[in-house]
Amino acid sequence: MPEAFARHRNFSFGLNADRLAALSVWLTATAISGLFLWLLADIAWRGIARLSWPFLTEPPTDAGRTGGIGSILVSTGLILLVALASAVPVGVGTAVWLSEFVRPGSAFGRFVRRSLTVLAGVPSIVFGLFGNALFCVYLGMGFSILSGGLTLACMVLPILISTCEAGLRSAPDEYRLAAAALGLSRTAALIHLLLPAATPAFVAGLMLGIGRAVAETAALIFTSGYVDRMPTSVFDSGRALSVHIYDLSMNVAGGDPNAHAAALVLIAGLTIVNTAAAGLTNRWLRRRIITP
Amino acid sequence: MIWSKPNISSPSGADPLLLWTARACALGAAAILALVVAFLVRESWPALSRLGFGRFLTDPSWHPTEGLYDLTPMLLGTLYSAAGALLLAVPLGVASALFSRFYAPASTARCYRRVVELLAGIPSVVYGFWGLTTLAPLIGRLHPPGTSLLAGILILALMILPTVALTSEAALATVPAAHLRAAAALGLSRWGMIRGVALPAAKSGIAAGVMLAAGRAIGETMAVLMVSGNVVQQPHRLFDPIRTLTANIALEMSYAMGDHRSALFVSGLALMAVVLVLVAIAESFGRERAGA
Amino acid sequence: MKKTILLVLLLIAGITVWRFSPPQNMEAKKLVLTGSSTVAPLAGEIGKRFEALHPGVRVDVQSGGSSRGINDARSGTADIGLVSRALKPEEQDLRSFTIALDGIGLIVHQANPVKELSPKQIVDIYTGKITHWKQVGGADAPITVVNKAEGRSTLELFLHHFQLKSTDIKAQVVIGDNQQGIKTVAGNPDAIGYVSIGSAEYEAGHGTPIKLLPLDGVAASVENVRNGRFPLSRPLNLVTRNEPAEWIKEFIEFARSEQVHDLVEAQYFVPLGR
Repeated sequence: MPEAFARHRNFSFGLNADRLAALSVWLTATAISGLFLWLLADIAWRGIARLSWPFLTEPPTDAGRTGGIGSILVSTGLILLVALASAVPVGVGTAVWLSEFVRPGSAFGRFVRRSLTVLAGVPSIVFGLFGNALFCVYLGMGFSILSGGLTLACMVLPILISTCEAGLRSAPDEYRLAAAALGLSRTAALIHLLLPAATPAFVAGLMLGIGRAVAETAALIFTSGYVDRMPTSVFDSGRALSVHIYDLSMNVAGGDPNAHAAALVLIAGLTIVNTAAAGLTNRWLRRRIITP
Repeated sequence: MIWSKPNISSPSGADPLLLWTARACALGAAAILALVVAFLVRESWPALSRLGFGRFLTDPSWHPTEGLYDLTPMLLGTLYSAAGALLLAVPLGVASALFSRFYAPASTARCYRRVVELLAGIPSVVYGFWGLTTLAPLIGRLHPPGTSLLAGILILALMILPTVALTSEAALATVPAAHLRAAAALGLSRWGMIRGVALPAAKSGIAAGVMLAAGRAIGETMAVLMVSGNVVQQPHRLFDPIRTLTANIALEMSYAMGDHRSALFVSGLALMAVVLVLVAIAESFGRERAGA
Repeated sequence: MKKTILLVLLLIAGITVWRFSPPQNMEAKKLVLTGSSTVAPLAGEIGKRFEALHPGVRVDVQSGGSSRGINDARSGTADIGLVSRALKPEEQDLRSFTIALDGIGLIVHQANPVKELSPKQIVDIYTGKITHWKQVGGADAPITVVNKAEGRSTLELFLHHFQLKSTDIKAQVVIGDNQQGIKTVAGNPDAIGYVSIGSAEYEAGHGTPIKLLPLDGVAASVENVRNGRFPLSRPLNLVTRNEPAEWIKEFIEFARSEQVHDLVEAQYFVPLGR
């Protein structure tokens, strides 16, 4: 795409708007990448010594200062699974409703959208206390991976809905008209045309949502809990990786090296998930939709 | 596997199901906010009924153990740090999105997008930890104590940058390629195309992303807790330590009993009010520009 | 390709559901402890050792703060509450069992030339009457006072010992956990704060640039808390609603026994009875 643009030849050699824009954009990108590398290098320098295969598979010992994070990884994975399994269907459903079925200017539509934006601003600790009151106490799930996952689902819902709706709206109306002309039901048009067209935006939202879910600490302390044992069911309490990092760096004396190693594992895991998701959806998309 | 029923006359039987499923999802999503607000009101009721609403704005200071409950300095702290973070993160985030969409070659863009997605997934406690041990001492060398409004703004900006960048990029991706090609055909420079065609077309998506980021900045707890200094005072300069409402809840909730605990939930309500006002302002701006 | 992915996903889903659905037999006795995040790591380790000695018992430790420990013990949500302070007069309906002591000492940056501060100097620094290190024989720099957040037992003990009120203190930085305090002081050559002695001793011994100041002429060390010479310390308590049930009592006795002294010391607290 960028190749399509001719460098606008300007007879004044100095700064023109185009060059200035290009310079600032490249500077921004370099600065951000640089910052990220600085952060990563800092964490790696302090934590890489503790990384090893046993670290990834053994449970923590001595309050997490020695041993590994095996059980923690399993808990985190389960929490993420529960969160996504609950948030994605509800999120896609809401996005579909907002983009396909709502009349523009409808009061209910505006109300829902407004609610979601406000929901995005609720502090994570309030979500934690809310999740505790609703899922752990009122619904009786207690401190469990299920409570944690459902609370996280509430937190990532606004992001998922927002991006998915944007993606659906971007699908040209020709698709919908053509589908109607061919006699496809709206459901079929949705499944075969519109949702695939919305996939890049949806995946972007999903990546953001997964990132947010994995990074969440305060909400999980009060819902999925602190127990670092290997969970045997989703009704067990399980410590998430971010909670473990928090505990090791802020609560336990001498937990810093393992905290940094765990942070490295988290970043590496996230990289794998993101790359896999992007790669899979790219291949899937290319086989389904040929953009004009 | 075709689930569509080729039907000459639509609507087909699948559609009411779709409509009602989608509607249910949207109701569910909106219900979450209603539940959160109900929870906050229930928990803050003891303080509100016993102390009245005015005291939260007019008491001389915040010392709950002595019955003083002034929220204003912390409200200002939240507003200043969120505003500062947005001022930094929005231009940088949009520039970031422009970079990966229009300026970078494809493989660099993929790599860079990965970097931004990873930044989104770093736990707030890691950001806070890095801020506390690396950023705050740096600022402290300029002007003690280091943990200050400035540190809070910088860390928050770093944290909400990925949200702005990724949602802006998703919004820019929905701009029809035909528009961009038309711009090139007209001889616009790259920056001219961006400023005149791409950004305006993606405006609503970018605005939605900025709203999400604003919500995140207002609601962030862990990181600001570690780098802002947490002194309850009106911020006068960038180097003054401040306490945000979220950090206040996190700091004191674990040890608060009775009225103190209720008062903390009142500050949670105050946060929701701030977000509501923000959303209302943003919507009024959106309505002024008729259309899209 | 699509069918394979679908099949793989279904397989993963099936295995997950089979592996992680609730177990048929919930015979294992579960002991739930919630409360102070200071005590939680220690309680977790004691719990693990107890589980190893008593198969069939599960000890679940949750954090959430001392007030949660009190509330949950009272309401019965938890079997035992973890509280990092002595019980207040209005909490006398609960029974408390001390399992360790935690000393509180003042810390400054390692490069700070000041070696000792008298109680009056400490009070003046914390109330803002002394604002420059030069006034107490230190470098030419303003003092950055680090205080703990309201409601924390460390703060209350500090206030009680120096007979101050919370409103008297003028601080430049307010922190939550001990580690935050240690990291703040380590990053600021002009800072002064107070934290748990055990953690500070550990960190100072492992290269963190902080040092402990003596109080009333007594060096701040875990040893001095143990032999009672150091004046400022707080108890770490297990609280229950009434007289605890038999097997809960067994756990409490275990937590106070010699068998876990090494665990207590590993967390840099002071075990009782030595």
